[in-house]
Amino acid sequence: MPEQFDVVVVGAGPAGSAAALVAARGGLSVCLLERGPFAGSKNMYGGVTYARILDDLIPHWWEEAPVQRWITRRSTMVATPTQAVTLDVRADAWSKAPFNGATTLRSEFDAWLASRAVEAGAVLVTSTTAVGLLRDARGAVVGVRTDRPDGDLAAKVVVACDGVNSFLAKEAGLYANFSSEHFTLGAKEVLTLGRDEIDRRFGLVDRQGLDIEMIGVTRGIPGGGFLYTNLDTVAVGVVVNVDALAASGVRPEELIAGVKAHPGIAPYLRGAELSEYSAHLIPEGGYDAMPDLVTDGMMVAGDAGGFCLAAGLFLEGVNFAIGSGRAAAETAIAAIAKGDTSRSGLSEYRRKIDATFVMADHKRMRRAPELILSERMQRQYADLICDVAQDLFTVTNPNPKPGLRKLLRTERKRHGVGFRSLVRDGITSWRTFG
Amino acid sequence: MATVEFRVAPDAHIVVDSDVCASCTTKACVSACPARLFVPTAEGGILFNYEECFECGTCYMVCNSEGAITWQYPLGGHGVVLRSS
Repeated sequence: MPEQFDVVVVGAGPAGSAAALVAARGGLSVCLLERGPFAGSKNMYGGVTYARILDDLIPHWWEEAPVQRWITRRSTMVATPTQAVTLDVRADAWSKAPFNGATTLRSEFDAWLASRAVEAGAVLVTSTTAVGLLRDARGAVVGVRTDRPDGDLAAKVVVACDGVNSFLAKEAGLYANFSSEHFTLGAKEVLTLGRDEIDRRFGLVDRQGLDIEMIGVTRGIPGGGFLYTNLDTVAVGVVVNVDALAASGVRPEELIAGVKAHPGIAPYLRGAELSEYSAHLIPEGGYDAMPDLVTDGMMVAGDAGGFCLAAGLFLEGVNFAIGSGRAAAETAIAAIAKGDTSRSGLSEYRRKIDATFVMADHKRMRRAPELILSERMQRQYADLICDVAQDLFTVTNPNPKPGLRKLLRTERKRHGVGFRSLVRDGITSWRTFG
Repeated sequence: MATVEFRVAPDAHIVVDSDVCASCTTKACVSACPARLFVPTAEGGILFNYEECFECGTCYMVCNSEGAITWQYPLGGHGVVLRSS
């Protein structure tokens, strides 16, 4: 007889640990499986955690969560190889509780959240990979098979938080519309620069941090670049569409080198030393590419469920992981109490996330991935914005200033940006972000 | 040189069917793999190592030949260990 739990959560990332925490607090017996030697050991990300979803789960989480820096400065940079136009937002409020975003190292943050789940009563089992689903005669999921000898674990409910490659969701048949076009590759270098040097170069004090998002730095491969300040390191990298990357024949590390060499970035990084290079896939398809989230005896949360908001202005994932894991656990508690863990018994999960930011943000921005990764946005608009800005601030004496309207018309024509597509994308943008 | 720790598992978690690769014209895995694990051979096949894999999954996603790359998670406790990301 396999060991029996109310809930087996697969994967101790933010989704899994939040699910385990909530389920354990709800009085359920919980096993939290992690294939790495510790929670967070397999995880990397762009770099910013927005953790307000923890406010009521872990009051004053900001006093104990392992944070590198609090993001008080957020820049969105539109670039060509020789130009950059940056919107730079600073807000004092973001450096005070309850804060806004924070840079964290996943080896620290994920391990911390998992430890809170353990304190709540969940049993964390590390260095153990879930290799398949256990099913009953009707096909309902009743547990997982692990790679430990006699390692079957029976569960009334399985919560699959096994990440972007979720083999469990695939095995359960939930990834019917799976397509590589909905995935991006994130590759990044963590560079050591020293705390004081980072403060000086980026205009920061105390534990203030900067987040720079870039578009137009990936050689026309749909995606973007990023730079995040940790306490004494800086993370620099790219996120690019997997199919387009493959078709281009360009290596991801070449793209990172391009970002590092960009005239708008290079001076920040002079003398920095490589500390860690890594890569990870990201489910960026958004609302329309999401898998089915529920089957008999199982729910899917976090990256496995496609919960990752990649909407240009907004790049969030950890918060959606926590929100979805939490909703899955609340659903499991109610379903187990009622004695119905079938697909219909667990369907409350979908209603819960529909009613919160977890699905609402994805739904509102369902057109964002296509828009942001479009050729027009990636190349034409980036070029257009940079050229118009450069023209605007170039003093052309003895000729008089041409005026913005004329500049726009000239550059729009030069870059082949049709008036109609500009209006159409404007409307889509307004619907997405307005 | 690797900047992260790899606890190499006894068995490969990546399986490549080099016969299929021989007929592949794109070999997208070669350039797309962020860990540079795939190397084309003179005979038209693919040589690979699994030891320094980031476990991202890009290779099987970009592989255009059914069954050429089979990929699963390594044995629990093995594979890449990230600390500063």
